[in-house]
Amino acid sequence: MAKPSSKAFSVLTNGLMKENPVLKMVLGMCPSLAVTTMAKNGIGMGIAATFVLTGSNIVISLIRKIVPDKVRIPVYITVIAGFTTIVQMLLNAYLPDIYKELGIYIPLIVVNCIILARAEMFASKNNVGLSILDALGMGGGFTIALLIIGSVREILGSGTWMGLTLTKDIFDPAVIMILPPGGFLAFGFIVAAINKFSVLKIRNREIASGCGMDCAGCTGEDGGDGQ
Amino acid sequence: MRDIILIALGAILVDNFVLSRFLGICPFLGVSKKSSTAVGMGGAVIFVMTLSSAVTWTVYKYLLEPNELGYLQTIVFILVIAALVQFVEIVLKRFIPALFKALGIYLPLITTNCAVLGAALLNIERNYSLLHAVVFGLSAGVGFTIALILFSGIREKMEFCDIPVAFKGLPITLIAAALVSVAFFGFKGLFGI
Repeated sequence: MAKPSSKAFSVLTNGLMKENPVLKMVLGMCPSLAVTTMAKNGIGMGIAATFVLTGSNIVISLIRKIVPDKVRIPVYITVIAGFTTIVQMLLNAYLPDIYKELGIYIPLIVVNCIILARAEMFASKNNVGLSILDALGMGGGFTIALLIIGSVREILGSGTWMGLTLTKDIFDPAVIMILPPGGFLAFGFIVAAINKFSVLKIRNREIASGCGMDCAGCTGEDGGDGQ
Repeated sequence: MRDIILIALGAILVDNFVLSRFLGICPFLGVSKKSSTAVGMGGAVIFVMTLSSAVTWTVYKYLLEPNELGYLQTIVFILVIAALVQFVEIVLKRFIPALFKALGIYLPLITTNCAVLGAALLNIERNYSLLHAVVFGLSAGVGFTIALILFSGIREKMEFCDIPVAFKGLPITLIAAALVSVAFFGFKGLFGI
């Protein structure tokens, strides 16, 4: 009894830290950089993507035994596109502000490599329960990463956080952080900081961290997608 | 004529897809290690983006809009792009094997390149005519390629630099991208677009 629950727990927490899709696996970069000018937008994007990921993981896990291997990628993409359309309509109806802010990046959830990667690597091989946990973990990790990047950029770039003014008298906000270059800059320094800490942590082990985080992971995923 | 030039320059320089819209970041970081691969990927993206802009625009205006199926655009566009990429692959393999050899491995990657879908969606959002949509797709692809080739040159130089351990790999690449992005930011005031 203890074993399955501990497995479920590790599946859930895997995406939050150890295999954080954005900060560790470097997937789904486009939305991570584009919508994180404010912490609020980061959360909105994160939740929208988590919804799509959960929905697609459930459906793909359910149909994993009926879909022929050769056409699985088009089938997955169609399922993901369906859920993306649902999210788009829901946001448009109930949260028009967020819908406007995120704009074209909502339909672009379809091509977010995180979702296809989880479909291919997890949902197509595991049962529904585990797939839901995996989606929640990965979606949570994605949301946390967007929240971190968004917070850093919002605090440094506009001196506010979630709409609260923070740095009124301390320093003048550096506008560049909410402009496109600031996205690359903030993300670069955050990944460097994580590298620094993980190097300290595993110094005793032989593995040299940092190099393993190349973006090849992303291309590798894409390579698999097309076939 | 003037509007076409404005769309082209806007997509190439002012609103560069990679550096100011953050579309197509994955291939931008993934295949920019060497200039030769950057050229190959850029060529494939220009080709597919121009075609897909024309096809998705036609599908939307003549198939989806008259039938009030506009809400299906995300699903339809991604499937059209995926089918188009497959089709281009087959045609090139059969008729222009030399080009297929050069672009071959990059073509499958393009289906999940958000720049392609992004261009298709922006064409509709901005209500472009067919000609404008094709010009926009073409110049967005050119902008992507220019950014990719410039950046690959920087990364080739960076290979020989002494970089702090924590910054090796992705972080220094992102910071270099930030500097390139600052440079492109200089085009913002151009033509008052």
